[in-house]
Amino acid sequence: MRVGDFKASYAHDEALFDTPTQRAWFGVLIVAALAFPLLGGNYLTYLACLLGIHLIAATGLNIITGYTGLISLGHAAFMGVGCYVAAWLANKGVPFWLTLPAAGLVTALVGVVVGIPSLRIKGLYLAVATLAAQFVLGFVFREWESFTGGVRGANIPPADLFGLALNTDTRLYYLILGLVVAMLAAARNLFRTRVGRAFIAIRDRDISAEVLGISLFHYKLLAFAIGSFYAGVAGGLFGYFFRAVTPEVFGFAQSIFYLAAIIVGGLGSILGTVLGAVFMTMMPEILRTALTIVEQLGVSDAGVFLAPLRAVVFGLLIVGFLILEPHGLAEIWRRVRRFFHLWPFRT
Amino acid sequence: MTDMPFDWLTFAEFSLVGLASGGLLALIALGFVLVYKGTRVINFAMGEFMMIGAYLFWTFAVPMKLHWGIALALTVVGISVVAAVVERLVLRPLSGQPTISIVMATIGLAGLLHGLAEGIWGGKDLALPQILPRKPVLLGEVMLQGQVLWSFVIAIALIAAFTAYFRFSRNGIAMRAAASDPVTAYAMGIDVRRTARLTWMFAGVTGAVAGIIVASMTSLTPSLGNVALGVLAVIILGGLDSIAGAIIAGLIVGWLESVTVMLFGGLARDVVPYVVVLVILMVRPYGLFGTRDIERL
Repeated sequence: MRVGDFKASYAHDEALFDTPTQRAWFGVLIVAALAFPLLGGNYLTYLACLLGIHLIAATGLNIITGYTGLISLGHAAFMGVGCYVAAWLANKGVPFWLTLPAAGLVTALVGVVVGIPSLRIKGLYLAVATLAAQFVLGFVFREWESFTGGVRGANIPPADLFGLALNTDTRLYYLILGLVVAMLAAARNLFRTRVGRAFIAIRDRDISAEVLGISLFHYKLLAFAIGSFYAGVAGGLFGYFFRAVTPEVFGFAQSIFYLAAIIVGGLGSILGTVLGAVFMTMMPEILRTALTIVEQLGVSDAGVFLAPLRAVVFGLLIVGFLILEPHGLAEIWRRVRRFFHLWPFRT
Repeated sequence: MTDMPFDWLTFAEFSLVGLASGGLLALIALGFVLVYKGTRVINFAMGEFMMIGAYLFWTFAVPMKLHWGIALALTVVGISVVAAVVERLVLRPLSGQPTISIVMATIGLAGLLHGLAEGIWGGKDLALPQILPRKPVLLGEVMLQGQVLWSFVIAIALIAAFTAYFRFSRNGIAMRAAASDPVTAYAMGIDVRRTARLTWMFAGVTGAVAGIIVASMTSLTPSLGNVALGVLAVIILGGLDSIAGAIIAGLIVGWLESVTVMLFGGLARDVVPYVVVLVILMVRPYGLFGTRDIERL
């Protein structure tokens, strides 16, 4: 049983992983992630890449919505901006190491513009404003053909990192893995700084935060910029991963997907983002497998129910978690951990 | 069209069609406003109520071959049950939770209902029986489609009926009291839970009627409800808690959409409501007639 949290030095107090057990498990996780494409096979590597992209995007949304309390229903559209910027630059021959940051920065700029209404409005009104931004951006994706390729979609040449062509899922996997680790660590550390704490203060009570001297103008827009930057990078990766995108990919349904991920995982928690993104990426696969089994049992064309079943399960998960476990999977995880730490005593 | 001289007759025709379809927008907006006034929730599942209502009506009228009047009555009962169940199972446990939770819950609910409808009725286009007369109506020199005019009449009649109900009936006054101050209303012996349930049921019925009208003018698919997201422009413009605002804003947005089609073509139409939303939110966040929130610490 663990009886307390004894920290003897500042370095120990500031460590992200402060127990040897945590560090050991994190090491195991990194080794497992590095070995994954060698052991997992093509399909699992594909899923892992997709998961990585979802993770970065969901982290961005959690920064805006979970940590700063600004509801965004337009996250997929931000991703779309990043994807199209990366595609356009890549087709102009700009090297890969420049397109991805550029995609992030342009998206951050768009995010700031969309975030401007958040200075006057909040809550429900902001939700509606970001929803409107989602549809206006979707319209731009469809109609601005010279830039986005319109409804026929855009093609993206394979990524090329200093002469190494990232043209297979396995190669792209390591790039995505590196970015995921770096961006999650950055997000986790952000909330140990002045800026991150200001975000949390704004979420908890924006008027009080302003009274304490936190400039709402500055920090709300900064939250939108950082969150959108994550979305833009994720969108760029998404483009390089699928190599061809159409505007429907970045629709309202995808925005809901990310919201569902951070609600199921836990608003305002990086661990929650990870758990939620894993859960939501795996869910359609589990459903598909289940339906295939049902089909093999003799029920013909059970496959047509995949789309509706997916919608029902997503809806149930969102509503169920909000009512029964508002802090998401992260809270369940904490409870399980506490149970083992305190065993044989009960909390 | 831009190089032609401005054609006032076409303009008048488009304006009239726009105003008439604005009636329908106002009806959908009424569904939003009822729920917002009653329970301080924007119901993102409003479109799904419309869609479920239209599907119920189709089930009663087409495979079961009932007279459309009976089918309509059964639909009203059915959608009321759905709305009451939703209120009890989803909204009541969340009352008092932060806005973000409730917004998300109604979005989750929308996905849930959408999936259920697609699972039950399939994703195919279904045709509703023509109950509104199609015969065009001539107003002076301008011709108006019969359906559009009749949907306008039905919308206005329904809005008038609700307004009268809130003004004169005992239940309606109780609902207004509960909306303006739930705690005091509760202390005065009004069953606030019951008024919340009634509010959701009324919104469901409004949605079902609007859904049937929309479906009978176009066709019935699970994505019928997407119309409702555009109506958010109407309630933001009119003010979230004003029925009069919903009507006037409905007409304005309907007119704007129609005139945009005339000037810039049909593609621009879908994006008009959202541009309106963004402009309104920047300039006048509480809408034309909405109550201005004052926040205290």
